[in-house]
Amino acid sequence: MDFATILQVLDSTVRLATPLLLACLAGLFSERAGIFDIGLEGKMLFAAFFSAATAAVTGSVWLGLLAGIVSSMVLAGIHGLASITFRGNQLISGVAINFLAAGLTVVIAQDWFSQGGRTPSLLGGARFNPITLPFAETLQPVPILGPVYHDLISGHTIPVYFAFAMVPFTWWLLFRTRFGLRLRAVGDSPEALDTAGVSVVATRYAAVAICGVLCGIAGAYLATALQAGFVKDMTAGRGYIALAALIFAKWRPWYALSATLLFGLLQAVALRYQNIDLGGIVVPVQVMDALPYILTVVILAGFVGRAIPPRAGGEPYVKER
Amino acid sequence: MGGDGQTGGRAAAPAIELKGISKAFGPVQANRDISLRVMPGTIHGIVGENGAGKSTLMSILYGFYKADAGEILIGGQRTQIPDSQAAIRAGIGMVFQHFKLVENFTVLENVILGVEEGRLLKPSLAKARGVLKSLAEDYELNVDPDALIEELGVGMKQRVEILKALYRQADILILDEPTGVLTPAEADHLFRILKNLKSEGKTIILITHKLREIMAITDTVSVMRRGQMTATLETAQTSPEELAELMVGRKVLLRIDKKPATPGRTVLEVENLRVTDEDGVERLKGVSLNVRAGEILGIAGVAGNGQSQLLEVLGGMIPGTGTVRINGDAIDLTGRHSDGQSRRARGIAHVPEDRQREGLIMPFMAWENVVFGYHHDPAYQKNRALMDNAGIRRLAEEKMERFDVRPPNPGLAARNFSGGNQQKIVLAREIERNPDLLLVGQPTRGVDIGAIEFIHQRILDLRDAGKAVLLVSVELEEILSMSDRIAVMFDGRIMGERLPGETDEMELGLMMAGMNGKAA
Repeated sequence: MDFATILQVLDSTVRLATPLLLACLAGLFSERAGIFDIGLEGKMLFAAFFSAATAAVTGSVWLGLLAGIVSSMVLAGIHGLASITFRGNQLISGVAINFLAAGLTVVIAQDWFSQGGRTPSLLGGARFNPITLPFAETLQPVPILGPVYHDLISGHTIPVYFAFAMVPFTWWLLFRTRFGLRLRAVGDSPEALDTAGVSVVATRYAAVAICGVLCGIAGAYLATALQAGFVKDMTAGRGYIALAALIFAKWRPWYALSATLLFGLLQAVALRYQNIDLGGIVVPVQVMDALPYILTVVILAGFVGRAIPPRAGGEPYVKER
Repeated sequence: MGGDGQTGGRAAAPAIELKGISKAFGPVQANRDISLRVMPGTIHGIVGENGAGKSTLMSILYGFYKADAGEILIGGQRTQIPDSQAAIRAGIGMVFQHFKLVENFTVLENVILGVEEGRLLKPSLAKARGVLKSLAEDYELNVDPDALIEELGVGMKQRVEILKALYRQADILILDEPTGVLTPAEADHLFRILKNLKSEGKTIILITHKLREIMAITDTVSVMRRGQMTATLETAQTSPEELAELMVGRKVLLRIDKKPATPGRTVLEVENLRVTDEDGVERLKGVSLNVRAGEILGIAGVAGNGQSQLLEVLGGMIPGTGTVRINGDAIDLTGRHSDGQSRRARGIAHVPEDRQREGLIMPFMAWENVVFGYHHDPAYQKNRALMDNAGIRRLAEEKMERFDVRPPNPGLAARNFSGGNQQKIVLAREIERNPDLLLVGQPTRGVDIGAIEFIHQRILDLRDAGKAVLLVSVELEEILSMSDRIAVMFDGRIMGERLPGETDEMELGLMMAGMNGKAA
């Protein structure tokens, strides 16, 4: 394996990790506030469809992104209504959202575009195109660093840079601001926040809204940057992988980056090496494709040490007498 | 009382005045036409049984509930308290029985939560650090500002709650059952803090069911019963007996009348008992004791010093090492051949400390709960496959009658009974099996005075019937009045044994804190 190949795999890792990272951070905001969200998948799928559909019709990827965010926030609002206002079961609400998104996207796509549940392929300005960072071409001849800068760091789409910039921002927001303090408090001990005179409901809705925005961007990225249009079930379990990464990351932003990069790497390797020959035994492509999901199961089964979720996670807040 | 040295002309207005407060939850009238005046710079006690409406009244004061009728005056001003924020603005601080702290935050973060200075935390944290330092000096309220809450003991957590209130510039401090979880030394320290606060002109409302504390520290006291304020008295002019009678509505025996014990043969022998928990921490470090027939051995100690593990290992819930003999025969401690079932077969009955988690299945009906653990008994079977539910129900009804469970309805789910009646259901189940040894943990935690009397009497009856009783309680008063011998536990060890007639709370309190003059 030469240097160029490694760079290619890493480059693909970054692109594949981006939707996972955005969804993982989305889940982080929600779960840190005590709202479990297994509806990341559904929100991403919804956003993927509406962003692709809007971009296809208007020809503008930015309008597509906006539509993706709005549609994802609508689902986030439903989840918030069910789990915060009506104090329902957060898992059931999340599952319902996933089913809703899986079904609605295909039905609407068929109705609007009649292409078997797809959107038309996106071209030109209807997609996020790679941007070349300054001096990428000039610096390319520099050994090692040049290609790293040119091939790995430069040449991604805007949502990729946004996702990676979200990591330090999320950390700063959670641990250095008043909003972050309250958000973490509401996930650990809503009664403490309540008796301190801060609204539990408002804080949790804010977290769920942020979750909706980030899922929206993740979904739009899938349909308008990673691929060129929406296809049925295109999220392919990324929402669940993001949840596993979140547990792996113990609900911390920087760990979330490492966890999603690991999953991204596995996906990149699976994409590049479809059949691996291990001294006569050929590992079939299905095994490679299944790797990220196997890792997800392993992580969810708790093989990565003790991960302590936010204490009030999953529990609706009811004032006690 | 009244304007004793308060700041000049404002002394006349009460710090808090409630007029005609009423609050109903559906058909239940939790508060009925309550009026109360508390003068500034005084400590006012509120006593009453569980469900008397104390907590509802305080929740109204702290903005958790809106009263159906009545008005609140703070410092003579009519004040609306629609939410906690308004209560804080009105200068009311509340220290809840169950602390409202964020466990994985530092002390500082907890103190500033909700009253941050701006969008960024840094300035707020710096300010709070300074304020905490001066509060610590003024009131003996020392806490490490950077400690995580989860690493602090209960006494410290309570101080953080008080600091939170003071940081919000509370002039009126309400404390709900503040000493329930404290050692006598910690409680004394708390009282010193409260006296310091009082001398600074703060007003303190103390909600408690411990009449001794009311007598020791309050200036005035109000009694609540069934949602009504039945009396407000000057503490100096009343007595615990009078307060108890006002609370319950009838004469109550505060001192337990018991015959001297006539201990017989040794029923339980424990030698060098050790228990290591899942985290690898040794919780029992070689405990030896024995209990004879016809006596009560009381285990005193601050919660968390191994008493729970002692009960659990004897009751077969967790494994341990060492020797335990019941009626001379060793029992298996490895956990492989033993469980609650086999312990019961050997004549050991267990009333666990946490009745809601271990003593009862809350959603199940009372008649089911009355046979749990003994449901394999052939007497409860109709034939090989079916249980004799009708028979069990009848039996349960009789037992509930005998144990004065109210309401005596076996078809009600366990969670629908009050704490005292839940405990009576557990006791009915365990005592009526006529065990040789009764293990009983915190028999009266969260139980009303009236029911306490009944429960104590039943345990004494069992003793007088020649059975052995091992009583674990964090209530020193209960240990002192019930036990024939007292063993004090600290840090997984027995610090020593005393006879109740030859010791006092002072000595036991020191032993509970790990200080011991004479070894046992």
